[in-house]
Amino acid sequence: MEVPILKQGSFLIATVQAALTDADLLQFRSALIQHVVRSRSQGVILDVTDLDVMDSFASRTIREIAQMIRLRGAETVIVGIQPEVAFAMVQLGLTMEGVETALDLDEGLDFLNLKGKTGTS
Amino acid sequence: MAANPSVGDILVEEIRVLITSDQDIVAARQQGRTLAVHLQFSPGDSTLIATAISELARNIVSYARRGEIRIRPMQNSDRPGIVIIASDDGPGIRDIRQAMRDGFSTSGSLGLGLPGVRRLMDDFEIVSEQGMGTTVTVKKWKL
Repeated sequence: MEVPILKQGSFLIATVQAALTDADLLQFRSALIQHVVRSRSQGVILDVTDLDVMDSFASRTIREIAQMIRLRGAETVIVGIQPEVAFAMVQLGLTMEGVETALDLDEGLDFLNLKGKTGTS
Repeated sequence: MAANPSVGDILVEEIRVLITSDQDIVAARQQGRTLAVHLQFSPGDSTLIATAISELARNIVSYARRGEIRIRPMQNSDRPGIVIIASDDGPGIRDIRQAMRDGFSTSGSLGLGLPGVRRLMDDFEIVSEQGMGTTVTVKKWKL
């Protein structure tokens, strides 16, 4: 299953679906990094609204994605973590330390714009 | 009150998912969620149950390579619940006490995530013997 990655100005928006396998997530990670390099993106929004389960692997992979993108000088913000998913993550002991989060796509875009990285090219 | 025939306090109907790959992890947690929703667990609890199944199935793939997840409804005198049994014939856990210690296992770095699974569920039981495999049984009761 492929994760769609949209380009919006100097930002990328990736929408993660519900039923991603580990292999899908790893493939998504490399596709997204390549995309960031190719389009010289300054910010990435990872929309996980549809993600039904954030287990240890998904959480670690997303954290790694954010770290890799930061090394490229770009910002990543995770948006749309559902309340019940957040609750399960905390119970499981998973934090998103060092990773920016925002309520939804709009707030994610606001955050990136505030960071001084303009989305209009 | 219970719609299904029961043996003791455990209902007969059962879902079995063979776990051999990362695709089976997704299948097991989706089937578990479907059953939880069917049993009228709240969306929040259904997510906790699906997350616990995901972690247990992940342990099977990571440490034993193959095993099985069984999910079934249960019923005690006043409320229904769900049982998940994750079993494998893998290498077993050398030190269960250590594996159950927080920090050793959570944070998504390495380890089994078992203390986290215990927090997600109401009941947690683990039987493991080196060379003999591991069986983890977890339960959640409906509020």
